[in-house]
Amino acid sequence: MRPVFRLLSDELIERIISQARDILCDLGMEIHNDGVLSMLSDHGASVDSEKMHVYFTADIIDKALETAPDSVKLFDVMGRQTHDLTDHNVYFTPGSAAINILDPLSGEIRKPLTADYVEYAKLVSRLDNIASQSTAFIPSDVHEKISDSYRLFLSLLYCEKPVVTGAFTIDAFNVMKDLQLAVRGSADALKEKPLTIFSCCPTAPLKWSDVTSQNLVDCAKHFIPVEYISMPLSGFMAPVTLVGSLVQHTAETLSGVVLSQLTQPGTPIIYGGSPAAFDIRFETTPMGAVETQMMDCAYNEIGKYLNLPTQAYIALSDAKKLDAQAGLETSMGATLAALAGINNISGPGMLDFESCQSLEKLVVDNEICGMTLRLARGIEPKEDFPAIPIFEELLREKHLLIANHTRKHLRDEHYFPGRVIDRANSSRWEEEGSLTIGDRAKSEIARLQGEYEPSGLSGDILAEMTRLMRAEAARFGMARLPHEDL
Amino acid sequence: MELLEQISFNLQNGLDDVVAALTKDAIEKRIPPGEILSDGLIAGMSIVGEKFKNHDIFLPDVLLAARAMNGAMEMLKPLLIKEGIPIRGKVVIGSVKDDLHDIGKNLVAILIKGAGFEVIDLGNDVPAEKFISAAKEENAHVIGMSALLTTTMPVMKKVVDLAKDEGLYGKIRIIVGGAPVSKEYALEIGADAYSYDGANAVETVESFFPVNN
Ligand code: B12
Repeated sequence: MRPVFRLLSDELIERIISQARDILCDLGMEIHNDGVLSMLSDHGASVDSEKMHVYFTADIIDKALETAPDSVKLFDVMGRQTHDLTDHNVYFTPGSAAINILDPLSGEIRKPLTADYVEYAKLVSRLDNIASQSTAFIPSDVHEKISDSYRLFLSLLYCEKPVVTGAFTIDAFNVMKDLQLAVRGSADALKEKPLTIFSCCPTAPLKWSDVTSQNLVDCAKHFIPVEYISMPLSGFMAPVTLVGSLVQHTAETLSGVVLSQLTQPGTPIIYGGSPAAFDIRFETTPMGAVETQMMDCAYNEIGKYLNLPTQAYIALSDAKKLDAQAGLETSMGATLAALAGINNISGPGMLDFESCQSLEKLVVDNEICGMTLRLARGIEPKEDFPAIPIFEELLREKHLLIANHTRKHLRDEHYFPGRVIDRANSSRWEEEGSLTIGDRAKSEIARLQGEYEPSGLSGDILAEMTRLMRAEAARFGMARLPHEDL
Repeated sequence: MELLEQISFNLQNGLDDVVAALTKDAIEKRIPPGEILSDGLIAGMSIVGEKFKNHDIFLPDVLLAARAMNGAMEMLKPLLIKEGIPIRGKVVIGSVKDDLHDIGKNLVAILIKGAGFEVIDLGNDVPAEKFISAAKEENAHVIGMSALLTTTMPVMKKVVDLAKDEGLYGKIRIIVGGAPVSKEYALEIGADAYSYDGANAVETVESFFPVNN
């Protein structure tokens, strides 16, 4: 049986959804985008264009929910399917868009460079339990206007896995879409085999900005999957109770579903978010707080109730270094997320309130993910009944190490973590240098990067992507791209 | 307890009605408004700030005290102006161009206002030129800028450069904050200070205005 963790009863889910719908219809929402407002008005919503305010109708919400697909598939750059985001399937992706990185060698927290990004992409290509890349941080050595598209470009260049990403401006979407068209060859092929997910944030409370609502519409036009990232902050920019924050999250996320589905019925969408507790002592938004994680799991139940694939920023930590807090918060989040069946679990590698990515932590988190993926498979009988024969064999042979039953089921039944997890006895551990998890993570990074194999994309496609990126950089006065000098 | 002490005490407990009544009382008793401000309200807020920093009290307690402060200030302001007592200082604050993150900026604005400063909030997505023109129009003493995105940070430098062009630099203090911003960055672009949170921002702004003011 696949173990499933639940926090909400169906009755509570229905009440939350019903209140969220009332909010959208009675209080309405501010949307700072004329195109979106007029589209909503065409579908019967009442719009106050002066105040950029729209009142949704029950009808458009129902219509949107009807056309929203219940599964989103992703395919790597080579066109192989990697994800089926639906039901209780779970996949991990690194935390995205960090401001800083924790330098694996010096231990310094600093602004990332292109070289760091390339190392990151190469590393992710070797991490078995991390199913996709995310555009995990912002290289600071390129013009800020291309910092969103350039990281997608580097990801597509160096690693085959699909990419969770997002644009910072309306303009940047274009080249980010063109890069994907270059990989797939045509708009139809991209629609057929989605390569990326775009994160689009409504602004709490109950608002969509021009940029993020336009990104959402542009994605829908090209059937590019979108995950909505609503961020109620409990007790600050949202009610202090978890249910109250969930009502707000539901309203904001449902509004996103409407915007996408009215633009393009059937366009792939993911019911995501990043709600957080607000720590009134430190003025911060802790992602490792248990209440944050509870809200994530709970809105995921609401998404499932609506038959939509889900996402959350949950397997991450607010610690500043790879320490015990980093491990405990990330493990707790990853475990709850896997048990709740959150389809796309964002977070590995991330520290410091989504501000800092760490390759060391990513390597360790890869193991946390491996263990939770095993947990999510639960306990199933496998040639265990009748039990007598295997016990006869055990009594006869005195051990089962080389029994057929063992050889057949060992790898499937037991997850063997990689080298960062210490399972040596203490004498061996001492003999091997009394290494800490940080030491082991550092050598794992080096080992995995040493095993890197370049992307299988054809030279023509790589050249076309480079041409597109160079043209984009040239618009902002950059004649050369930093990765060309690595 | 002496009246001004009572004001300070009740302000620390966030009792805005009581602080308003006591302030009215103090005005009627002809206690000089400058004294009500410094020995009653600001004295109370300083203790609140200190306690917040030490984790003895939390953000909502500070906001309640700030609300009491603001209420009393409304009554005192006309009297202070009449007597020619300068306000504690004027701050124009905003989130920079293309940045819609305003939660931290709002919090900083409330806390600075709560400490007795006048605050002009320019909102979010504020172009560099707007910071300068507003600072000039308002005769502000401080410009506060917030950026939460790596990509919007450069606007801060633009504001500093514009302040130089306009002859404001050195006369007006510039303070910056937000997740990607650091002390080093503030130094690098020529801002006067960086603050990592609201309490720290209040302390920094206060440090611009010596007490004898
Ligand atoms: C909440 C949030 C949002 C909300 C903002 C809602 C709002 N009304 O502000 C929403 C959902 C809208 C949002 C949108 C986006 N966000 Co955002 N967001 C956050 C988050 C999680 C928390 C920020 C916050 O409010 N913290 C709580 C407040 C109290 O703290 P604070 O802002 O840091 O402010 C304190 C101090 O910094 C300081 N301070 C701040 N300003 C000032 C000013 C002065 C003068 C002084 C003295 C001090 C000071 O004092 C404050 C009080 O303590 C951060 C994560 C993070 N680590 O910061 C990401 C984060 C900043 N966002 C990020 C991103 C990428 C985005 C989007 C681009 C996502 C997208 N693709 O749509 C959009 C951008 C929209 C835009 N153009 O601005 C990234 C930034 C990446 C980067 N390298 O630049 C972060 C780091 C998260 C991540 N890893 O993805 N976001």
